[in-house]
Amino acid sequence: MSLPFLLEIGVEEIPDWMIRGALENLRLLFEKLEIPHDSVTMDATPRRLVLRADGLPERQADREERVTGPAASAPAQAVGGFARKQGVKPEDLTVETTAKGKYYSFVKKVAGRRTKDILAESLPGVILQIYFPKTMYWTGKGGPRFIRPIRWIVALLGEEIVPFALAGVRSGALTAGHRRLGAKEIAITPADYEERLKDHYVILSAEARRDKILGELVGVRFRPDPALLDTLVYLTEYPTAITGSFDAQFLELPEEVLVTVMRHHQKYFSVEDAEGRLAPQFAAVMNIPSDPEGFVRRGNERVLRARFNDARFFWETDQKKKLADRVQDLAHVTFQAKLGSYLEKTERMVGLVRDLGGEEQAVRAAELAKCDLTTELVKEFTELQGVVGGLYARAQGEPEAVWQAIYDQYKPENIEEAIPRNRTGQIVALADKVDTLQGCFRVGLIPSGSRDPFALRRAAQGVVKILVEGEVRTPLLNLTGGDAQLKDFFEDRVRYYFRDFRGFKYDEVNAAMAAGWSDLVDLLERLERIRDLRPTPDFEPLAASFKRIRNILEQAQFTGGGVAFDASLLEPGPERELYEEYQRIAGQPIESVISRLRPKVDLFFDKILVNAPDARVRQNRLTLLKTLLAEFSTIADFSEIVTNS
Amino acid sequence: MQSFQEIIFKLKQYWAERGCIIQEPYDVEVGAGTMCPETFLRVLGARPYRVAYVQPSRRPADGRYGDNPNRLYKHSQLQVILKPSPEDVIELYLGSLEAIGIDLRAHDIKFEEDNWEAPTLGAWGVGWQVMLDGLEITQFTYFQQCGGIDLELVPAELTYGLERLTAFLQVRDSVYDIEWAPGVSYGDVRYNDELQYSVYNFEMADIGTLWKLFDLHEGEAARLLKLYDPKAADKRRFPLLAAYDQVLKCSNLFNTLDSRGAISVTERVGVIQRVRKLAVGVAQAWADQQQPAAVEVAE
Repeated sequence: MSLPFLLEIGVEEIPDWMIRGALENLRLLFEKLEIPHDSVTMDATPRRLVLRADGLPERQADREERVTGPAASAPAQAVGGFARKQGVKPEDLTVETTAKGKYYSFVKKVAGRRTKDILAESLPGVILQIYFPKTMYWTGKGGPRFIRPIRWIVALLGEEIVPFALAGVRSGALTAGHRRLGAKEIAITPADYEERLKDHYVILSAEARRDKILGELVGVRFRPDPALLDTLVYLTEYPTAITGSFDAQFLELPEEVLVTVMRHHQKYFSVEDAEGRLAPQFAAVMNIPSDPEGFVRRGNERVLRARFNDARFFWETDQKKKLADRVQDLAHVTFQAKLGSYLEKTERMVGLVRDLGGEEQAVRAAELAKCDLTTELVKEFTELQGVVGGLYARAQGEPEAVWQAIYDQYKPENIEEAIPRNRTGQIVALADKVDTLQGCFRVGLIPSGSRDPFALRRAAQGVVKILVEGEVRTPLLNLTGGDAQLKDFFEDRVRYYFRDFRGFKYDEVNAAMAAGWSDLVDLLERLERIRDLRPTPDFEPLAASFKRIRNILEQAQFTGGGVAFDASLLEPGPERELYEEYQRIAGQPIESVISRLRPKVDLFFDKILVNAPDARVRQNRLTLLKTLLAEFSTIADFSEIVTNS
Repeated sequence: MQSFQEIIFKLKQYWAERGCIIQEPYDVEVGAGTMCPETFLRVLGARPYRVAYVQPSRRPADGRYGDNPNRLYKHSQLQVILKPSPEDVIELYLGSLEAIGIDLRAHDIKFEEDNWEAPTLGAWGVGWQVMLDGLEITQFTYFQQCGGIDLELVPAELTYGLERLTAFLQVRDSVYDIEWAPGVSYGDVRYNDELQYSVYNFEMADIGTLWKLFDLHEGEAARLLKLYDPKAADKRRFPLLAAYDQVLKCSNLFNTLDSRGAISVTERVGVIQRVRKLAVGVAQAWADQQQPAAVEVAE
């Protein structure tokens, strides 16, 4: 008989962004129990993590186990003792021949355990093993830890409760509905669970909640925002979308400010007019089914109005003191305890901008870049740092290159985002990131494992991305400040960028980087050449030959020092032909010579014994190979290419 | 319409009926209700406790000369501590909103993750900001550590922003238009504090004097802490509460100096450390003081 299984962990509101990870984790932990089952479905709302599985056996299959007893030569008393212990008669024992000799043994039938018992025993551990980024205890010091207090547990196998207790909560068959619209205790079975929840204003499926929101917004020109939608889906049990409006005079404020207030502070979608301009409207999602009196709409409108009024007040106050007059105020803003104030950072950035070849406009932008940290608007909306500085710089008449550079200084904030739009901005953004990286590494704030509180990976990734995509020819190794750990850190980011973001094969990246990775524009060109060369018929065989050459040189511990190459020692035939071919093609790009070179190399290895008995000849051959390898290794170390041959 | 004071009466009544001691505001300046001994010290140790009080909370840097409709130098928090937190703590909380007339079937309540940390108190917890129709009305925190000590019993701390909540209920766009009592506005009662303290904090506070006061209060707290002897038979007499008042004075002076723009970056970290050291020192001594002295145990 196969049974459905339902586990619902009732929790106080789980942070929305952790829910999907927790569900995936719970699924894996359940699979690890190795209880046979058909499908598994995972669902969640902020207040419940739910696992449903079908087709669980009532009990595990019976199995047989051979129990070995005393040796065949043992006295009858010992044999009888063994039989008694196993609960059988001595005549039921058989004598088995094993590698060690003959022994009495007996085949024991082990009844399969009940699935319910296995679950009851393992579920407390499974639940407490679910990973959350930050946990708490609530039953007292030393008590179990979870993301938030567990308040109820439903555990049903078929119609039967899987009995266990966790953190003072006993598993049962009672779930809970919506906090205010549903009942606090609802008896359910695996079959009617989802339906019963719906009766009590809980939509279990995240997809259904998403569809409900989107369905209610049909006809509203809201700006799609998948991340915000996800947040709202996991912040509600019974979402309903509503729209509201705000006074059109707020549209005088920069759109960036309005959108940030709506999105980050209020979790609203922005709405556009038919021309794609921001409209004085918003879309919000509430956790109840309707708002017939308009309470929720009006409440949200008032909150938004207060927020916008604040923003306007800040905008106007901030304009009274120009960015340029705020530079000295940066002495009072901490960059990092060990790295001093933003005034000191600004001074370092200006120096870096000059080192990077920045013009006067870049220097100006760097001087003003951090001044917006002293403005009321940025103190209120920290996520708008940079953007606000750029907007103020524009309003205060700074040239386009300067205000755009200030606006873009934190870009790219992730690997997908575009780099600063102009060269001035690219230089300023580089200076900012490089200063942070050099400073943090200097005082030992180096990321380890998943700990990266200063987002140094993102900063280094940004440096790599700007150098490549901005075609900035500054050598990356000039930006490490001579720090070996920072150099390794950059190397990882370069590898990641080209392999995981640009999609080059890992061995091509290894090969190209082995020939140098400081000039990233050059590295990109070489990678593209290798990618184009790779499908040509001569490439892989030649790469294999290069690997062979390297192995030979390594085995011979050949350093090449001492003896000069002597053409007169070359044997006529393949060896001399290879040398002559080399002379003809040296200095030409590998693409145009590969088809001529490969047969000569093949023939050489086919016919010539490198390890010649005459030491001078041997030395000469090794020199020839080394020269050849060096000539074509400027684009990549081809021996890093993984070949099939 | 319920006045500001009626809302406070009802909330106090509600929590009194649920076993809370109703305390009066603490009489030393604090930045938040959490800093009062009724929270900071009472959450330590294994003794259950329930308390509610309104605490005027001073944040010098938030002053706006009475010009800004939403920002105040001094606002009122209703602080509720339930130690240990009962299983139905959220239900109890929602019940308190209903007690002041909010129909939660017609309004949108959301619990959004918001963890709390006070480095100067060596304290942190996890919880939510509670949103009512898009307005943050309460900070809900399960304390985990206080004074650097893992708590024996986990208290729930509910901090209601009373001006906001009242503005919501009275449908007022400016906090100064709230009706405090029939015929008396919030502005009538409080405008002068806001104006005069903004002038003092931003313009007239004498930096040298405030630093001197800081040093004096710090010195007194440190002197007392040094004298505390965990082995003393009469350690219960020791005035740790008085020492803690000195720490609160330091904290408020630090905030005032900060709003005056008088604390440089290099100083800042150091000053926070100095306050933290004292706060943690008091908390640890307090936790020890709650234990019977070794001599008593021997008897």
